[in-house]
Amino acid sequence: MVSIVVVSHSAKVAEGVKEMAEQMSRGRVSIAAAGGLDDGTLGINAQRILAALRTVYSPQGVLVLVDLGNAVMSAQMAIEMMEPEQRAHIRMTDAPLVEGAVIAAVEASLGRSLEEVKRAAEAAANMRKLL
Amino acid sequence: MITKDDVIRWLQRYARLLEEHKEYLTELDAAIGDADHGINMNRGFEAVMAQLPSWQNKDIGTLLKKAGMVLVSTVGGAGGPLYGTLFMRMGMAVGNKDALTPEDVVKMFQAALQGVKQRGKAEPGDKTMVDTLTPGVAALEKALAAGEDLVTALEKAVTAAEEGMKATIPLMARRGRASYLRERSIGHQDPGATSSYLLFKAAYEAWRELDDRPS
Repeated sequence: MVSIVVVSHSAKVAEGVKEMAEQMSRGRVSIAAAGGLDDGTLGINAQRILAALRTVYSPQGVLVLVDLGNAVMSAQMAIEMMEPEQRAHIRMTDAPLVEGAVIAAVEASLGRSLEEVKRAAEAAANMRKLL
Repeated sequence: MITKDDVIRWLQRYARLLEEHKEYLTELDAAIGDADHGINMNRGFEAVMAQLPSWQNKDIGTLLKKAGMVLVSTVGGAGGPLYGTLFMRMGMAVGNKDALTPEDVVKMFQAALQGVKQRGKAEPGDKTMVDTLTPGVAALEKALAAGEDLVTALEKAVTAAEEGMKATIPLMARRGRASYLRERSIGHQDPGATSSYLLFKAAYEAWRELDDRPS
């Protein structure tokens, strides 16, 4: 099954998104949170992202979601620190963090491929909440 | 030759400059960013300083790489991956040497610039660190090619870096949080360009008295 890494400047946000995504997938999908700095303040910690990747890595693939643009560079560094053969199975997405993670978890729990999970997460950007 | 102790003094000098300029860097970042560049860089370099004693017996390349790794997990903002990459690439360029020739120093700074450009995908004119690093490295290369000694070359690099930093003032930001401000980023000096200038300044100040050392 595809697994998920949730990256945020906030540890609380990352943990909360992980919690919501786990609820939607009934705990069947491996999800790791990587948010905030070691001293408890807001920020992106590439080592934390790397630890999360190592925790949930699966050859079926890992989808990495980020909250803001400047998390991308750190996530890229973390991915670069994985083994070469693992890197091919890790993808970052532009999907919105909360909505994307929840949708990704559902799709992953249905056994969809990394590409399919990524596409579904990105489609969340177009979903309307107000009817 | 630049010894390992010289490199350590450079890092210490940089940490000190970042501390002295903490409010200034944060103010610059308040104008066109999220007001934390000074705070972030200080947090990162305080962490580097704390670990430095345990790296005393490592070669220069390893020391620089370790500094980079600390920065990626402690700086927090865009400076984390950018300065992390900068130092890691410097470490990779230097390798397991315990002393650096002037040529090694140039290659080190060239690798720093390449690393930052690859990581952040910025070009000169985007109003970033690259606007300071590019002229700084160019001045260093030119001076050494002309046969100047390292300290003189570094002095010229600092002047060029300062000019590059100030040249970011009229630019419109094309990277980072500042780019969201678009025209409103014009008229403000870029914080990353400023902290990059301090990196050159720290090297010059740390190595200035090498002139008096028998070679």
